[in-house]
Amino acid sequence: MNGKSSQPPPDRTGGSTGVPGNEDAVADPHLPVPAEPIDNPGLPVHQPRPTDVDDAAAKRAERQIAAMFGLSAVCALLFCVAYFVFSIGEETDTFMGLGASNLALGVTLGLALLLIGIGAIQWARKLMSDHEIVEMRHPVVSPDSDRTEALTALNQGFDDSGIARRPLIRNSLLGAAGMLGLPAVVVLADLGPLPGTALERTVWRKGMRIVNDVSGTPIRVEEVEIGQLINAEPAVFFATDDEGEPVIEGPELQAAKAKAAVIVVRIDPAEITPLPARENWGVDGILCYSKICTHVGCPISLYEQQTHHVLCPCHQSTFDLADNAKVLFGPAARPLPQLPISLDAEGYLVADSDFREPVGPSFPERGDR
Amino acid sequence: MMAPPKLGRRKTAAKAEKPSKVGDAATWADERLGMATLSKKHIRKVFPDHWSFMLGEIALWSFVVLLLTGVFLTFWFKPSMAEVTYMGSYDQLRGLHMSEAYASTLDISFDVRGGLLMRQIHHWAAMLFIAAMFVHLMRVFFTGAFRKPRELNWVIGGTLLILGLLEGFAGYSLPDDLLSGTGLRFADSALKATPIVGTYLSFFIFGGEFPGDDIVPRLFTVHVLLLPALLLALIGAHLLLLVYHKHTQWPGPGRTEKNVVGFPMLPVYAAKAGGFFFIVFGVTALMGGLLTINPVWLYGPYDPSKVTAGSQPDWYMGVAEGMVRIMPGWESQILGWTISWNLVIPALVAPMVLFNIILLYPFIESWITGDKRDHHLLQRPREAPNRTAFLVAMMTFYGVGWAAGGNDVLAVVFNMSLNQLIIFLRIAMFVGPVIAFILTRRWCISLQRQDQDRLLHGYETGIILRSPEGSYSERHLPISEAEAYTLTARDRDEVFEIPAGSDGNGVTAPRARSQKLRSKLSRFWFGSNVQKPTREELEAAHHHADSELALHSADAHPADGHQYDGRSDIAGDELRKH
Repeated sequence: MNGKSSQPPPDRTGGSTGVPGNEDAVADPHLPVPAEPIDNPGLPVHQPRPTDVDDAAAKRAERQIAAMFGLSAVCALLFCVAYFVFSIGEETDTFMGLGASNLALGVTLGLALLLIGIGAIQWARKLMSDHEIVEMRHPVVSPDSDRTEALTALNQGFDDSGIARRPLIRNSLLGAAGMLGLPAVVVLADLGPLPGTALERTVWRKGMRIVNDVSGTPIRVEEVEIGQLINAEPAVFFATDDEGEPVIEGPELQAAKAKAAVIVVRIDPAEITPLPARENWGVDGILCYSKICTHVGCPISLYEQQTHHVLCPCHQSTFDLADNAKVLFGPAARPLPQLPISLDAEGYLVADSDFREPVGPSFPERGDR
Repeated sequence: MMAPPKLGRRKTAAKAEKPSKVGDAATWADERLGMATLSKKHIRKVFPDHWSFMLGEIALWSFVVLLLTGVFLTFWFKPSMAEVTYMGSYDQLRGLHMSEAYASTLDISFDVRGGLLMRQIHHWAAMLFIAAMFVHLMRVFFTGAFRKPRELNWVIGGTLLILGLLEGFAGYSLPDDLLSGTGLRFADSALKATPIVGTYLSFFIFGGEFPGDDIVPRLFTVHVLLLPALLLALIGAHLLLLVYHKHTQWPGPGRTEKNVVGFPMLPVYAAKAGGFFFIVFGVTALMGGLLTINPVWLYGPYDPSKVTAGSQPDWYMGVAEGMVRIMPGWESQILGWTISWNLVIPALVAPMVLFNIILLYPFIESWITGDKRDHHLLQRPREAPNRTAFLVAMMTFYGVGWAAGGNDVLAVVFNMSLNQLIIFLRIAMFVGPVIAFILTRRWCISLQRQDQDRLLHGYETGIILRSPEGSYSERHLPISEAEAYTLTARDRDEVFEIPAGSDGNGVTAPRARSQKLRSKLSRFWFGSNVQKPTREELEAAHHHADSELALHSADAHPADGHQYDGRSDIAGDELRKH
C-alpha cells in the first residue's frame, strides 16, 4: 500500500462507478452536479510566528523549554528524596492531614512528567517549523488490476486445493471443526459445581438460635422493644468446635451469610396482618425476615419504625414488614421471605424451620414459591 | 537523516552520502529489518491539527498509564480469597479476618512506598480512559467521521469501549472490599436473571455459590491478561486503520476530500503527541497524589450481610445502575421458569440493544441516506441534524439513567420524595430523549439557515441605517472568501426517491416496501436541510448586496463607524488621528 501512495492519486471521487455496492451513485438523478458556488481559494499564506522573525523571542522560547526540562529533572530527583525521607506504615508522616509520602511522591512525579510534556509541546509550537504540508490521499479501495490479481490468486488457490470438487473432504472437515466446539465447552464444566438445590436451602434449622450479628448473643423476647430492628444471624456462625475453631469459616461462611442473614423486628401485634398460614410464625409481635433483598441481594436494614417499612439502600425497594414484607415500591418483585420463629426452653428466639422458600434474588428454577 | 531508500545498500555507501549517527543507526536497522521502505512515507506523515483530534489520544495514553501502573500493582497484589488475619499498619482493621486480596490491597495502600500513589493513578487513569473513549466516540459521531471508509474502525472503537467498561468493572471488583463485593453481588444477580441458564452461569462463573473463593482469581486473569490483550490488539488495529485511511480533516481553503493538510509526524507530532503522553501521565500522577479515590480501607472487607447507604458503582456503570433502580418490579412465570423482567430488561437487554445501535449506526445511516461515497472531510453537527439529534437523545437517555443511578443521593440533597423522583425519572427516560431530539433537530436547522444568511447576505455589522423614508435597516457586509468557501465546502444532500417503475405500472419491484420506507426516512432525514446555494444564487445575492452598498456609499458622509468597512476611503480620517 505504501508503494502505491507514491504515485499521484487517480483523479476520481471516493465512490464513483465501478465500486461494488455503489449503484445509488450511478442512479443519481441530480447529475450533473451544480457548480460549486465558490472556487477553492487554496491554502492561506503562512504567517510567521514571533519566534520565526525575532531572534530574541526564539532564544527566550529555547530558554523556557530548557528550563522546563531542567525543572523536570529536579522533580525526578525530589521524587527519590521523598521516597526515602517520608515514612509510611505505622508511623506515617503527615502534611496538613494528608499522607506526606503519597502527596510528595504524587506531586513530584506529576510535575516531572508534566514539565517534560509541556516543554515538548512548547518546543513544537514555538520553534519547530510550522509550515503546513499537503499530502495527497490515496483511494482506500485497491486499484482494479490489484483486485483482479488478488481474486485470481484466491481462485487459483481454491482450485488447487480441489475443495470444490471434493465435497466429502470439505464437509467432513467442517463437521470435525464444528465438533471441536464441544470439547471447548465441556472442558469448562468443572468451573463450578452444578447448582442442585443449593439455592433452595440456608443453614437455618429447627431450634437454631437467632443471635445478634455483631456480638453473637442470643435474643430474649423482653430485650426487643416495639419499633426496634436487630440485625441477626444463625447461632452456627459463632459456634466453635472442641478445639475452639469456628464450625463455619472463610468462603463457606461468606456463602452461608449471603443467604442466612436476617432482621428481627418487634411490631405492635395489633398492626400485624399475617397471611393465613403465617399466624404463628412470630412471637409476641416479633417477626424475622430474610435480610437479603429479593431484587439483587443487597442486605436490607434501613428501617422506619413508625411505618414499619424497610428500605433497600442499593435500589430503594421498600417492604412493609407488618404486612408480610410486601413490596410497596421499587424494582423488587417479591416480598422478603419470612423465617418462622418460636422460643426455646430457655426463652431465647429460635428458628422453627428453615425458610419455606428460596431467599435472595430470583433465578430461573425458582418457580412460583 | 532518512535512511537510504533502497534495501541492501552498503553501510559505507550510506556513510559516503551523509555521515551522521542517526543515518548510521538507520542503515544498521534497515540492513536487518528493511525499515526504510516501510517508513519512508510515515516519518513525515501528515496529521491535521484540531483540538478535538486529541480526545482519542487521551484514551490511548491513559491506557499506557494503566499498563505501567497495573504492572506495578501486580507485584504486590495477591488475587486470592483465602481468609487471612490482617496484621498490617492500618489500625482500624488490624486483627480482622479478610480475604488475601483485600489484605494485600491494604498493604499496597499502607505498607508499600508509592503503592497508594500507583493505586490511585491506576484508578484515575481508568476513569480517564473510559471518559476519553466516550467523548472521543461523541466527537467522531457528531462530525460524521465514522462514514465510509471508516465504518469498521468505528466498530472497533465501539468494541474497545465495551471491553474498557468490562475491564473497569473487573478491576474494580478485585480488592474484595465491601463496595466491590456489593457490585459483584449485583453482577451475580444479573447473571442469575438470565432466562433458563442463569443459575448455571452464576455457579460456573463464581465456582459455586456466591461469593465462593474463585471469582477474584478468575477476574484477575481476565483483568490482567485476557482483556488487556484484546484491548491492545484492537487499539493496534484502530491505529493501523487510522494511518491507512489518513486522518479526517475539517474543510477549509486548501483542505479537500483529496488531500490532508497539517504537520509532519517527525518532528511536530512526535513532540506534540509524545509530549501529550507525559501530560496525561503527569495529570493522573498529580490526581493520584492529591485526590483520594476508592479508599477501600474505609469500606472494610466484603461481608454479604452488610452494605452502606449510598452504595454506588463507578460512574461509568451509573447508567446501568440507574435503569435497574427505576425499573418496575416485574417478574413472571413462564412454563415453570422464573423470568425476572426487573433485571432482564435493564441489565441484560437494554445494554445489548444500546451497544448494537451504537455499533451498527454507520450502516443504518448509510442505508437511509444511500450515501456510499468516501468521506474524508468532517461535517459540523448542524449539517446532519438528525444524526446530531439522535446522539443528543441518546445522551439525554444516558443522563436520565445516570441521574437515576444516584436517585437516593439526589432525593436527600434536593429534599425530594424518592418515590416521586423515581416516577419522574421513569417518564423522563422515555419523554426526555424525544424532546431532546426535536429541539436539537430544529436547532441544527436554524443554524443551517443562519449560515445560509451569512453566506448570501453577509454578516451583521451592527450599523443601523435610516433611509430618507424613515425606515431602519441593519447594514450587512460580505464575509471573507475563506469563510464563505468553508461554509460551502460540503455535499448537497439528495433525498432518496423510489426508482421509477416500482409502483407506476402496477409491477411491484423487489424490495418495494423497504425502498418505500427508505424513501420516507430519507425525506425526513434531508427534507428540512438547507442546501448550499448555486454559483448563480450566490452571485445574485452578492449583486444585490453590492448595489445596495453602492446606493449608501453614494452618500458623501458615511454613517459613523461605517467608514471602517474596508470600502470607504479612510485616509485623512479625523477619528484616526487621535
